[in-house]
Amino acid sequence: MFPIVEAKQLAPEIRQFTLFAPRVARRTQPGQFVIVRVHERGERIPLTIAAADPEQGRITVIVQAVGKTTSLMNLLRAGDCLLDVVGPLGKPSEIANYGTAVVIGGGVGTAIAYPTARALKQAGNHVLFILGARNHERLILEDEVRAASDELLVVTDDGSYGQKGLVTDALKQILAAGRKVDYILAIGPVPMMKAVANVTRGPAIPTMVSLNSIMVDGTGMCGGCRVGVDDGSQFACVDGPEFDAHKVDFDLLARRNRQYLELEVSSFAQFQDDPLTDLEVMRAAGQLGGGDLEPIPARLRSVAR
Amino acid sequence: MSNNPLANKDRMKLPRQPMPERAPEERAKSFTEVNLGYDPDLARTEALRCLACQKPTCVTSCPVGVKVKDFIDLILAGDYLGAAAKIREDDVLPAITGRVCPQEEQCESGCVVGRKMQPIGIGHLERFVADYEQRVGKVGLPPRAPATGKKVAIVGSGPAGLSCAGDLVQRGHEVRVFEALHDLGGVLAYGIPEFRLPRTVLKQEIENLRKMGVEFETNVVVGRTVTIDELFGDEGYHAVFIATGAGAPQFMKVPGENLNGVYSANEFLTRVNLMRAYRFPEYDQPVYDCKGQEVAVIGGGNTALDAARTALRLGAKRVNMIYRRSEKEMPGRAEEIHHAKDEGIQILTLTNPVAYLGEERVQAVRVLRMELGEPDDSGRRRPVPIPGSEFEIPASVVIVAIGTSANPLVQATTPGLKTNKRNYIEADPETLRTSRPGVFAGGDIVTGAATVILAMGAGRKAAASIHQYLTTSAWEAAPAAQPAAPQPV
Repeated sequence: MFPIVEAKQLAPEIRQFTLFAPRVARRTQPGQFVIVRVHERGERIPLTIAAADPEQGRITVIVQAVGKTTSLMNLLRAGDCLLDVVGPLGKPSEIANYGTAVVIGGGVGTAIAYPTARALKQAGNHVLFILGARNHERLILEDEVRAASDELLVVTDDGSYGQKGLVTDALKQILAAGRKVDYILAIGPVPMMKAVANVTRGPAIPTMVSLNSIMVDGTGMCGGCRVGVDDGSQFACVDGPEFDAHKVDFDLLARRNRQYLELEVSSFAQFQDDPLTDLEVMRAAGQLGGGDLEPIPARLRSVAR
Repeated sequence: MSNNPLANKDRMKLPRQPMPERAPEERAKSFTEVNLGYDPDLARTEALRCLACQKPTCVTSCPVGVKVKDFIDLILAGDYLGAAAKIREDDVLPAITGRVCPQEEQCESGCVVGRKMQPIGIGHLERFVADYEQRVGKVGLPPRAPATGKKVAIVGSGPAGLSCAGDLVQRGHEVRVFEALHDLGGVLAYGIPEFRLPRTVLKQEIENLRKMGVEFETNVVVGRTVTIDELFGDEGYHAVFIATGAGAPQFMKVPGENLNGVYSANEFLTRVNLMRAYRFPEYDQPVYDCKGQEVAVIGGGNTALDAARTALRLGAKRVNMIYRRSEKEMPGRAEEIHHAKDEGIQILTLTNPVAYLGEERVQAVRVLRMELGEPDDSGRRRPVPIPGSEFEIPASVVIVAIGTSANPLVQATTPGLKTNKRNYIEADPETLRTSRPGVFAGGDIVTGAATVILAMGAGRKAAASIHQYLTTSAWEAAPAAQPAAPQPV
């Protein structure tokens, strides 16, 4: 089992966990991810590693509650345990001194972009970070990203913080101002990554995206995560997760990511009606470290409806 | 010393005792096991048929050399735990091999009785003693040699890894098995369905290995979580056995293969078997609902048969297996083809998919009729497309079971490990030594996809070879490995 050493709410429905996973921590490089299974009836979901501390044997993951498993995770606290954490998986980001690198993080995608931005800066790049969120409340990792980059541009959809607009608006401004950009990494929702690719395709700026396709094993065994790259199929879990944005079929990715929508919605609704069943499964397996001291209902106040 | 009271001619009068099966209409809807197993009376009657040959060709026909004659005699003596211990000297997973081995091609093909009548039901008897252990909660374990102080890391907990681990602990070595997934068993856990190999049986055999002294660690992807070099370095292992299987699914690269609802057999079976998607939403991992749907399975091997029968149990209205050659060439086991047909699976032979049709979700498979031409490299007659013979088969779930290729993770992160053109690991056929000193490889990652028992045979061979290496420390110009049979300890 993998203990949660620290749990912190970064924004409504976005929670950061520091996990004790020494094997993973020892080998993690920017751009890699873990696959997590919360309890014995749980599904396997990929989560990007936002930070790793090999000395302490710890990794940090950031989880946005969008369905059942992620919502269950949002109820967990320090002292609780995840049943399975495996990784680091996927190829690490390709870090080189490209010159000026624009790193774009949209929503929780920021958690993935941040360690790579830091590595790019360490490699000598001038890193310009575009940090995007729907609104100020949902903006995460601002301080971390500021420290990891040379310039920071914050944009929110509703203008409640930073510049109003989309990350692509900010990117277009930078390009229109005639700045020479040598490398772009964009990580966020599929429509955002697709839009960035469309902006940079004309000027032929090398652009990488990190793809969040549906995965099961994460080791290249099932092929469920296959993505269209350059007229062929590749597996996001072992060939990626980063790919050349100009070669990715984003529509196919969006379609494949919708595969289980109906089932996911029904499972989420059932969980919202009765989150106790899952917590009891965890309690019975001794996974709720804090749970024995604290009545379960206290956790449930934070269940998002 | 025989416990058989019958004269040989009387033994030959007894017919083979049939395996009790659940009725097809009942089992087609259920994930419970199809075969029910012998009871002690059936087992005794079947065991009485054994001629206890001087030169038992059943033993030499078994890839791991199970002492068939001896264990059958122990059954006749009523010493079922002793029979299990006898099997474990050569085969550490009797409950599993008793279920999934193609006995008709192996031990039973060597049975002398089989020349005149039906061979002894060796697999059924093997399964019987293993089931007996589970029923009484006891286990017949072989003895363990004194500790050697040598550590062996085994990469992968599938049949090759488990059998190698079982043999090595018997010889006194310290053995740890690393598994990438969260559950142990490799293909036995994610691939072979519950109705052929109940999870309780797999768990029991793994528990028995634990009792024999094997250590296990899940959630370790060797090549990512730890490298082979680190296993030798920081972690202090003296030898490594790579048994990662042929885990990467192949696709045909035909149009529409990325439509929603088109699965690799690996993915479909993993979702259902390992992740228990058939119990969604009690279990969280989803799989497309097959209830009332038309399902197409591409391929004619055992994996295709497993996928087809699984889809049927998920409630499919109709399951079509689409296979490009004729039934005679189907690589699936005869018993499983027979089971599948009984349950109502349609086998469309001499058909081959050319495209999957649909907008978002797959709706149909476009296929082409084939005819058989000249024999190809495999000796089977090559399927040749008949021009203009295209037609469509409705399908809202498609499962592609056309084979697998080598998973490259270990090879890519192990400098100096030689692979062949198709990225399978090169290993000496006798010693299973690779190009890296101290590193051995066996099972599907060397041979390409094969059967559980062949992988177990490779595991045994590797164990003998690793034992020899650990006791002599000689790598250069080493003699061939000991014959497969280990010294009783």
